[in-house]
Amino acid sequence: MSTDLSLIRNFSIIAHIDHGKSTLADRLIQVCGGLTEREMSEQVLDNMDIERERGITIKAQTVRLNYTAKDGKTYELNLMDTPGHVDFAYEVSRSLAACEGALLVVDAAQGVEAQTLANVYQSIEHDHEIVPVINKIDLPAAEPEMVRKEIEDIIGIDASEAVLTSAKSGIGIEDVLEAVVAKIPPPKGDRDAPLKAMLVDSWYDPYLGVVILVRVMDGWIKKGLEVKFMQGGTTHLVDRVGCFSPKRTDLPEIGPGEIGFITAQIKEVEQARVGDTITTMKNGAPTPLKGYKEVQPVVFCGLFPVDAADFEKLRESIGKLRLNDASFSYEMETSAALGFGFRCGFLGLLHLEIIQERLSREYDLDLITTAPSVVYRIQLGHTKTEDAQTIELHNPADYPDPSRIEMIEEPWIKAVIYTPDEYLGAILKLCQDRRGIQTDLTYVGGRAQVTYELPLNEVVFDFYDRLKSISRGYASFDYEQIGLREGDLVKMNILVNNEPVDALSLIVHRSVAEERGRGMCERLKDLIPRHLFKIPIQAAIGGKIIARETIAALRKDVTAKCYGGDISRKKKLLEKQKKGKARMREYGNVSIPQEAFIAALRMGEE
Amino acid sequence: MMARALYIHWPFCLKKCPYCDFNSHVRDGVDVARWQAALVADMRAEAALASGEKLSSIFFGGGTPSLMPPALVEALLREAEALWGFAEGIEITLEGNPSSVEARNYADLASAGVNRASLGLQALDDAKLRFLGRLHSAEEGLRALETAQNVFERVSFDLIYALPGHTPEEWRAELSRALGLGTSHLSLYQLTIEPGTKFATMVRQGDFAPLDDDAAADLYSLTQELTSAAGLPAYEISNHARHGEESRHNLTYWRYQDYVGIGPGAHGRRSGMATQRHRKPENWLSAVEERGSGCQHELAIPVPEQASEALLMGLRLAEGLDIAALARRFALPEEQLVDFAELEQLASYGLVTREASHITVTPAGMPLLDAILPRVVADGLVAA
Repeated sequence: MSTDLSLIRNFSIIAHIDHGKSTLADRLIQVCGGLTEREMSEQVLDNMDIERERGITIKAQTVRLNYTAKDGKTYELNLMDTPGHVDFAYEVSRSLAACEGALLVVDAAQGVEAQTLANVYQSIEHDHEIVPVINKIDLPAAEPEMVRKEIEDIIGIDASEAVLTSAKSGIGIEDVLEAVVAKIPPPKGDRDAPLKAMLVDSWYDPYLGVVILVRVMDGWIKKGLEVKFMQGGTTHLVDRVGCFSPKRTDLPEIGPGEIGFITAQIKEVEQARVGDTITTMKNGAPTPLKGYKEVQPVVFCGLFPVDAADFEKLRESIGKLRLNDASFSYEMETSAALGFGFRCGFLGLLHLEIIQERLSREYDLDLITTAPSVVYRIQLGHTKTEDAQTIELHNPADYPDPSRIEMIEEPWIKAVIYTPDEYLGAILKLCQDRRGIQTDLTYVGGRAQVTYELPLNEVVFDFYDRLKSISRGYASFDYEQIGLREGDLVKMNILVNNEPVDALSLIVHRSVAEERGRGMCERLKDLIPRHLFKIPIQAAIGGKIIARETIAALRKDVTAKCYGGDISRKKKLLEKQKKGKARMREYGNVSIPQEAFIAALRMGEE
Repeated sequence: MMARALYIHWPFCLKKCPYCDFNSHVRDGVDVARWQAALVADMRAEAALASGEKLSSIFFGGGTPSLMPPALVEALLREAEALWGFAEGIEITLEGNPSSVEARNYADLASAGVNRASLGLQALDDAKLRFLGRLHSAEEGLRALETAQNVFERVSFDLIYALPGHTPEEWRAELSRALGLGTSHLSLYQLTIEPGTKFATMVRQGDFAPLDDDAAADLYSLTQELTSAAGLPAYEISNHARHGEESRHNLTYWRYQDYVGIGPGAHGRRSGMATQRHRKPENWLSAVEERGSGCQHELAIPVPEQASEALLMGLRLAEGLDIAALARRFALPEEQLVDFAELEQLASYGLVTREASHITVTPAGMPLLDAILPRVVADGLVAA
């Protein structure tokens, strides 16, 4: 039998980076006996190195804890660690849908940060009970009373019973657990109704195959059950049921209100889509759960090995990553200058960076990343030999003959930005510069919520970075796609030493082309090292040059003093230079360092 | 090929200069008798492996060899002559500090057999000498130079330029003055911040910023202009001489001929072998005393690497080098030595010239040699 509904609590933790989410989670696990002191590695929940370094969570994780409260009853607490970035907004929404409440952790010295705000609002939208926790109260600079007031003023929730903790020193941990039990409502669910379980997340495990994280709404799941994925339309035989405590523990079943995992001999995560509803083959639920969305890659770029000989290794590595990440797509691509590589699709720029970083780190690959692009829809007129047709353009290199183009449409998004008042002016300017259309502006206390419609191609490169920078990290950003709109879009080529560099070409709106072209030329001027000759860098639309910079010729590079003993040092320098040369790409006799390709696109301080 | 050049390293200095990354050490007292015995033994060890031809040059480098007692220099020269014999007109150079104390030794060093002095003047004004951490004053340096010119047959001196903030006007004045001092050879080095030196630390801490490359390039071309006009054109990137007054010893390195290197940290080339002595004076000393040789490594250099060394040294010379001769010497086809397509391109930029099999880096190309070499030297010659 599964746990009685009244004894279950499902919750997430909301916190700004460095406010102590991971430490608190570790303490909760420790107090509930999930792991011994010896087994605790720092930050149990964030498994990947990248997650730890960036302080973000990429894959949802859960931990089931058994806590015997002061009322003498033993509760089943499911702590859900949710992804924390707008690229993964949909995954976040599913994780939140699996919970009934959240701990809001605020640093007693830093106070409420705007980034936290967006997450709190999201949580409130899911009707969550929010339990405020003021952490790091033993810091000399801690001002718990002020922070308590801030929570009330800014977020607008009652913080009079906020729990005071120091996760680091282990102060107030039991109080947090008691508050979870007392304040967060138990889940609802009907054991006798047809099975409805939400697929919260899935990942590939080399030993178990695809592991699926589920929240059972109604009914129950046990080993041997034949289940159907209502959206995916596939059927599977459940062969393992369990939870993480945080060690993987097999269970006889997962009942209503509970969170756990199942495996069902599924080979690819693509078959286990986030948000899908799992029901039984026989007497299944008539309708799936609400809120399912098919996640589509929105940003595309080319990934090429620096060393052409690594292509097979790249193919293999991408294949392995894809096993664990269905939201990422790839197909082979060839480029005149970069050789063989892959055109890959991502949920956003962070997702792109994560995949790129994992490929280089976990698979030891040196990669060149080409300019990210969104998907354009182009209507082509007919010619003598070809019919009129509509094509989808993922790659600027495939841009068709402009004379055939009748219409180009680009994807737009609705962006919601929360920010303290003082940064509003700069943010409005940023959105305006990116062709944004303001649709709403609301003030809440000292904060503003502004809504913009923006072309996605203006957002993919560095919008988020810029937003963070101009608001000193205070503004938060959330978006959803709102469909395609026609735009006056053109292909801009970058020519280095008079040769077009396909990996740097991009599609831009005509109204901003000149400015973007100028910016790219300026950045490339700094990114490409000086050569033995001067190098013109130009941006062009068709045959028309719209911007130009020149890299002056190198004038000094010499070892002043070189005698007998120095030969070996000089020879090492030569070896190093030869190796460096191999890491560059040659265009029109110009060596371009690989990092220049992506850096050229960052629009920097405007 | 037999070695005709002998290098002797004397590793001691009164003070370590902040720009210097040579193998130099400050020690309280040096047991001269012990060092003499060891240097003689180290010389004998090499002579046993490479002799048969008379020496045409000897070079005492350091460290500060002008701190060597003249009797020691004399003993070493006598030993070298006994081991190899001296060719007619042998060039015997000793590096010296231009301090008043050391200048007193110059005459005795000349009597001991030294016929060429290379003095570390480094600058002609006190502020620059202080910046460079030198112990002598400008005045003292000039007097030492005069002494040297009176006692040695040939004299050269070093200047360091392209210091932080160095202007073309200042350098024009300083170099013109230097050219007027009447030596037939000058070594003019642009300041290089070498890793591990005090200057490297200071630059890292932001105490000063090195002169930027464009300004340094301007000073370099000014140097070529002034020295050529004075009849001391560059025969190597940083070395200038009246015709026939080049350092024969250093030409041995640049022409990639064999040389014997003895004393702490000395390098040598012996029929395709690279020899290297223990760097630390004490380690070298005990190695010689225990095994009769201060050699720490003796490595066979693969032929392609030898060819790359010959190229990277040879192209430093204004005379250039002959690819056909190099191909014969290393029994490698010409196209495995240099990248002819790159050469052609570099020639189109005016950085190298090629006449038949002879290639030369032009005066415009010299300050860019480190960027030129990776293009010219064939990929196959460089260990990947």
